[in-house]
Amino acid sequence: MTGQKTPDKLVERAAQATPQAIAKRVRGLSDRAIAWIFITPTMLLLLAINIFPLIWTIQLSFTNFRANRTNAAVKNVGIDNYTSILSDPDIWAAMQSTAHFVFWTIVLQTLIGFTLAWLLDRKFRGHGFWTTIILIPMMLSPAVVGNFWRFLYQPQIGLFNYIIAFFTGVEPSSFEMIGSVQLAPWSIIIVDTWMWTPYVMLICLAGLRSIPDYIYEAAEVDRASHWRQFWSITIPMALPFIMLAVLFRGIENFKMFDMVNLLTSGGPGSTTEVASITLKREAFEKWRTGFSSAFAIILFVTVFGLANIYVKALNQVKSR
Amino acid sequence: MKKLIAGATALAASAMVAMTPVSANAKTITLCWAAWDPANALVELSKDYTAKSGVDMKFEFVPWPNFADRMLNELNSKGKLCDLLIGDSQWIGGSAENGHYVKLNDFFAKEGIKMDDFMPATVTGYSEWPKGTPNYWALPAMGDALGWTYRKDWFAKPELRDAFKKQYNRDLEPPKTLDELVDIAKFFQGREVDGKKVYGAAIFTERGSEGITMGVSNFLYPNGFKYQDPKKPYAMEGFVNSDGAVKGLEAYKALYKCCTPPGYTDAYMGEGLDAFKSGQVALQMNWFAFFPGLYKDEKVGGDKIGFFVNPKGAAGSGSQLGGQGLSVVAYSPNQAEALAYIKWFANPEVQKKWWSMGGYSAHKAVLNDPGFAKTAPFAADFLVAMGQVMDFWADPSYAQLLLAEQKRIHDYVVADKGTAKEALDGMIKDWTKVFKDDGKL
Repeated sequence: MTGQKTPDKLVERAAQATPQAIAKRVRGLSDRAIAWIFITPTMLLLLAINIFPLIWTIQLSFTNFRANRTNAAVKNVGIDNYTSILSDPDIWAAMQSTAHFVFWTIVLQTLIGFTLAWLLDRKFRGHGFWTTIILIPMMLSPAVVGNFWRFLYQPQIGLFNYIIAFFTGVEPSSFEMIGSVQLAPWSIIIVDTWMWTPYVMLICLAGLRSIPDYIYEAAEVDRASHWRQFWSITIPMALPFIMLAVLFRGIENFKMFDMVNLLTSGGPGSTTEVASITLKREAFEKWRTGFSSAFAIILFVTVFGLANIYVKALNQVKSR
Repeated sequence: MKKLIAGATALAASAMVAMTPVSANAKTITLCWAAWDPANALVELSKDYTAKSGVDMKFEFVPWPNFADRMLNELNSKGKLCDLLIGDSQWIGGSAENGHYVKLNDFFAKEGIKMDDFMPATVTGYSEWPKGTPNYWALPAMGDALGWTYRKDWFAKPELRDAFKKQYNRDLEPPKTLDELVDIAKFFQGREVDGKKVYGAAIFTERGSEGITMGVSNFLYPNGFKYQDPKKPYAMEGFVNSDGAVKGLEAYKALYKCCTPPGYTDAYMGEGLDAFKSGQVALQMNWFAFFPGLYKDEKVGGDKIGFFVNPKGAAGSGSQLGGQGLSVVAYSPNQAEALAYIKWFANPEVQKKWWSMGGYSAHKAVLNDPGFAKTAPFAADFLVAMGQVMDFWADPSYAQLLLAEQKRIHDYVVADKGTAKEALDGMIKDWTKVFKDDGKL
């Protein structure tokens, strides 16, 4: 064993290396005080970049402030912003689009992701190679993904239309994925599923690999069928991991912006205008800062509330 | 050790000197604009200013789709990036009222720059706020309007001319009315030309910024659409949603449905240029600013391209105003140099050179020159178009007004939601709310 130092020796060396002046000052401090010294910078940073903006946003949400008219007088409007958001049919339409997007992406990504994880867990020859291949979409930037899927969906030259045409026999330019009211929501669901299913797969794979082999061996001894093993061992034991993946994807997709913006810009019309696109338009194009702050708070509370309920359910499943 | 430090310092200093761009000029000013062909021409033109004044010019060009976001953020945050800004015509109200632009009246008076020397539509569109008052916040820099290009070589093909005459009982010529334009687009849609399937027209359908609004206006204005009652400001009922406006909007949707290339649901100027340059379409709606570049294009330029002004509708003529004015940013620390640039740019000789290099001068010394119409194949059309332009609202809340129209029109034209009347009624509802919030109603 060369050069390996025990923790005690390291502590001793660190103590010796501490300048006398500092050592004298620190000597009288309690453990609690030292802990505070260490965490204070992080706390201050968190306050500056998280808590302060949040409090400021809450305050702005009760005003008519516009960031592009800093000379204008700011008026307190009470809960007007909140009531007009909750009674605005366009906002509700955006929330509906968001819910549709979140629901279907979670369903598809969970089903496909878990299936892929289950297949890769078989440890067939070359499974490492295929795992890497499957993970590639997740490693790309959403901006890149949005742009190249725009080309893939192009009705005249897009590969997607030609593949569909090959299997169905329809004319490639006879349908438009991102230009059709019916297909546009599905076009973004397909892209998000393509990109993020590997992420769900990874989490599920971790869950499947955490199931000890002896449980399956015991089931084999009890002559449980593969189907029974799957429903009684695999699913229950992997469920906390699946639920975790659903939580992560749910939160992420609730605030999805970049990919949708690049693919459809919320169109055609307002068909794919998810909440984050509406928020961006209100905040940085219309410059209704007070209104958009209220909308941001509503979205925050919604996600935070749903996530909390979900985490409680997750903890219940884990404790079973 | 001291020698080592001294040596290292000298080396670092010489490296820094070597890395600093060589310039004999003490001052540099930055001009911000959109990234497009005329901006490149302005870079070339501005070399004369640097040679004359000794002030270096730096340029910050942003692609059109992000131009408004980027520049309005810059102004709202009181940024010092731009000393000069060639901002869109609709920004003038907000930039004037929020103190982003320097008011130029005193400067113009002192330097003898007269607004009467510029085409009236450009002065109203790019310089004045409030509109119709002699309060100037910009110098008309780049006159522009919407026009059309067509495939002159296709129009000249005998077999196509015969087929068109047989079908429509008239010659295949550039359209004089919007109905004729739709006929031509229908005629070419799906037709095989030179062994390739082609389409009728590339029009604006973009949703995110201003595209579909800038496009549909060219069917609304000639059919009688007006933003407000000329006698009663902000009274829109019966003007925005007049019978003519409804027909104009229906016609635009009909053109979109019948005669655009597949997948043309979110297209603006770039997509239009692509469609035309790749030989996909017979007609293209676009800004005059792009016409010099298109005329020079090896594949579709020269004898193959023709130009025409937005055709007449049932109520007369009308084209969407484009273009921008040159303003001094109020937060610039180099206002004196920026104003000196404006003085230089307003010079008639500089304006003539500006036009010759591909910029669209708005100066009467250029436009009223008897030989102007023959300087380019689209020059005469440009003059006609500039004589019939109308512009979108330029109020400080223009972005809200624009986004409302984008949504209503895209919902109707592309997403098939509701009727034309409902879309225009909805626009009045949205616009009324904005003007009420602003205290104008």
